[in-house]
Amino acid sequence: MEKIIVIGNGMVGYKFCEKFVAQEASKNFSITVFGEEPRPAYDRVHLSEYFENKDAKALEMAPRSWYEENKVDLITNARVTDISRKSKTITTADDTTYNYDYIVLATGSSAFVPPIKGIEKEGVFVYRTIEDLDATMNYVAKLKAEGTQKKAAILGGGLLGLEAAKALVDMGLKTSVVEFAPRLMPRQLNTDASKSLQTKLEALGIEILLSKATQQITGEEKITGMQFSEEETTPFDMLLVSAGIRPRDELAKTCNLEVGTRGGILVTNDMRTSDPNIFAIGECALLNSMIYGLVAPGYDMAEVAVAQILEDKEAVMPSAIDMSTKLKLSGIDVASFGDALNENNGVEIVYENGYEGIYKSINVDKEGKSLLGGIMVGDASDYSMLHQIFLNGMKIPENPAELILPATDGAASLGDVTDLPDEAQVCSCESVTKGQICSAIENGEATDVAGVVSITKAGTGCGGCKPMVADLTNATLKSLGITVKDTVCEHFDYNRQDLYKIIQVKGYTNFNQVLDNHGNGGHGCELCKPLIASLMATINADTANKEYAIQDSNDRFLANIQRNGTYSVVPRVPGGEITPDKLIVLGEVAKKYDLYTKITGGVRIDLFGATLNQLPHIWRELVDAGFESGHAYGKSLRTVKTCVGSTWCRYGMDEAVSFGIELENRYRGIRAPHKIKGGVSGCIRECAEARGKDFGLIAVEGGWNLYVGGNGGATPRHAELLAEQIDNETVIKYLDRYLMFYMRTAKPLQRTAAWQERLEGGLDYLKEVILQDSLGIAADLEEEMQTLVNKFECEWTQAINDPEVMKRFNHFVNSEENDDNLVFVPLRDQKMPEPWS
Amino acid sequence: MQDILQQYKTTKVEEVTVWFKAAAVKDFPKDGGACIKYKNKQIAVFNFTRENKWYACQNLCPHKLEMVLSRGMIGDDKGTPKVACPLHKKTFSLENGENLNGDLDAIATYPVKIEDNSVYVGFSE
Repeated sequence: MEKIIVIGNGMVGYKFCEKFVAQEASKNFSITVFGEEPRPAYDRVHLSEYFENKDAKALEMAPRSWYEENKVDLITNARVTDISRKSKTITTADDTTYNYDYIVLATGSSAFVPPIKGIEKEGVFVYRTIEDLDATMNYVAKLKAEGTQKKAAILGGGLLGLEAAKALVDMGLKTSVVEFAPRLMPRQLNTDASKSLQTKLEALGIEILLSKATQQITGEEKITGMQFSEEETTPFDMLLVSAGIRPRDELAKTCNLEVGTRGGILVTNDMRTSDPNIFAIGECALLNSMIYGLVAPGYDMAEVAVAQILEDKEAVMPSAIDMSTKLKLSGIDVASFGDALNENNGVEIVYENGYEGIYKSINVDKEGKSLLGGIMVGDASDYSMLHQIFLNGMKIPENPAELILPATDGAASLGDVTDLPDEAQVCSCESVTKGQICSAIENGEATDVAGVVSITKAGTGCGGCKPMVADLTNATLKSLGITVKDTVCEHFDYNRQDLYKIIQVKGYTNFNQVLDNHGNGGHGCELCKPLIASLMATINADTANKEYAIQDSNDRFLANIQRNGTYSVVPRVPGGEITPDKLIVLGEVAKKYDLYTKITGGVRIDLFGATLNQLPHIWRELVDAGFESGHAYGKSLRTVKTCVGSTWCRYGMDEAVSFGIELENRYRGIRAPHKIKGGVSGCIRECAEARGKDFGLIAVEGGWNLYVGGNGGATPRHAELLAEQIDNETVIKYLDRYLMFYMRTAKPLQRTAAWQERLEGGLDYLKEVILQDSLGIAADLEEEMQTLVNKFECEWTQAINDPEVMKRFNHFVNSEENDDNLVFVPLRDQKMPEPWS
Repeated sequence: MQDILQQYKTTKVEEVTVWFKAAAVKDFPKDGGACIKYKNKQIAVFNFTRENKWYACQNLCPHKLEMVLSRGMIGDDKGTPKVACPLHKKTFSLENGENLNGDLDAIATYPVKIEDNSVYVGFSE
């Protein structure tokens, strides 16, 4: 058995292992990998995500168990100090010696720290490893504890530096990017593109300082500022250096492998170093006098090295290596491909839209036949297609400007994904071609996007090609005559609307009946169970107590589960009107059970930190004081927010509070595809923000204006005007119809806004159904709603009066004890759960 | 915090040295789960009533290290019995503990037996 030693467990070193063990012939080899860092290889491309979630595991390329399962011997925390080519051995820092037949050097690079006077001062960090990020975050925390506004600088306006800048802004520091060149991302962008990006970054609160040569870092022990010239010194409290990389070639030097004059281990296009038994791949390798600091070429090098070791002498790196990149910098699209900076003097075409902050340029050859390269800032939605046209030398339109001009009505925009040649590389990280994706579907291996991704690995690298993979998948399925049905999950071949009809017509009353008679066997899952629970509630007016094991997390315990597994309690306060006595009860209960108390976004009072077994006790006190469930945990009506209206307000046109209370009490407890919120404003000043709700009313001269289909959330939307100047009775009639129609026909977890948007015929159709009763169902809808209203029962009152139900709220079935894993820490005179590590 | 994870190790039937009588069958919800305490361990026990099968695993979700899995919804993924964590819907096989929709470490599973309407969970310590 031959022995391979991989030195370096970064992204490329890992990729070598992954590609190697996938080969049948790998069985004749043993692989040992040495990693200097304490943890297995992680995704350095997405390192800035660690600032947000501190989740090192989420960045892992593969868990430690992967190495075991694939018989790759991974030794972390181990630095290789010496290679002896004569005896074919290596030695680690703890003086252990290992034999090898082949070495793969994947030592990567280290952060380049420019030799600036004072750069060793406290408060100066590099941006390369998870440990670097930990050190940075600790320092930021220390700075912030001092209480005053602190300033951070990033040295280097490249891709990594800009990502780090956003992270520092998010941590609450005033942040400046200091770049030596006169533009940002100088390797990818030209001056105009850089300006466009700069404007967008400044809007995010990042200061950009260009053409700045740092003379020295000022301060005694700690950094206090950066001196750019004799006249110009800017104060800073910390500095993050992201000024480029230096290949790690020190090990190669110890054994006299050839290295470049400016660093990097010299390799030929078969990835062999000057010793044919030693390979170098990734950022430590110097190929064509270049260091390739991107992950895609690194992966290609790994693949070549794998093939070479397995005696495929034909496998070599191509002479032209694609350095195209597409990324989202703090939500801003930035992409460049091919000869982005037009160094070959092609003909340049530029589209710039200062209003929307979009810059695009392409350059084409003098004959206007082929695309040579391009840059996009602000909108890179056409990147994949343009990149494909460039890579495959595809024909371009007679007027090449069409490639970047915004599509106007009727104009043919870019070609269809199906026009790409089969050999077109769709995913450059994993080298997956269009042909591979299509054939995965054609030969039946995959039937959806998830299947294509798991079989081909397309989209698992940077993820930039995902939209294209999805388009290709859908187009291929369509060409095979396969219609993509929106079934609920693997247990049912029906969508929500189908199941609604089935349950209604057959009169089913529990989950098992539906699964046994119409499902595909099994036990159901977390998708179909809560859905059927919701349908049962809509059709049979069941509360969540009826069949609690099929309810979603929160419905099962009639409370909102919070970060540490405790719950929050929100009693209903219809319309936001509450007596002082009731307010005192809430305060007393919160005090008695030591609950963190806050006004919610829906202007109710939320009591946090209740353990499972406290819930019924808390609710008994609340119910005794006249409160009922607020359904804050359900896909159901939350609040109807009101302004004080004509009851008190000198501008009020109608009694917003009274009507809001009436509506909240009417629709409380009904279960819908998603949560529903309402609002009632007493005049057009709209203090209740009614148009941001699923239904909203505004009092005007002569009645109410009724708006529907608004929401906040990830995609905010204003509600649309359904009817004008209608009286209270008509409002209720229309709302009954509207809500019931929504509950009957929406998809699972689809809010009114998304439902309304996708309704064929749009608002006009909705008006026909609701106002003119074009489907002849208005009476049914009203009757169904009235039944739900009549059958309303407070589920918390139900729960505390049923000893069987009460059993649900014990943490253990065999002990009275509580969860001993809970830890709270103090916060502004209250408490909060200990932060997640 | 990682220490708490170390307490939970998958136990196979043949390794069982203690069959701990946890509670009566009727104390567990149908097609659902509940938590039991054994020494200083929290164990989630699930009753798959449709096929009259029982499973047990650590109550600790390895994602954010909270004691919540017993409150998760159960079901199956192409026939594999699973539980979905109530916090972020991470799903785990109850046969081998594997994380079915991600790369989290596997959870520890324990054997369950039913005798005289009582639920017993097997431990090796």
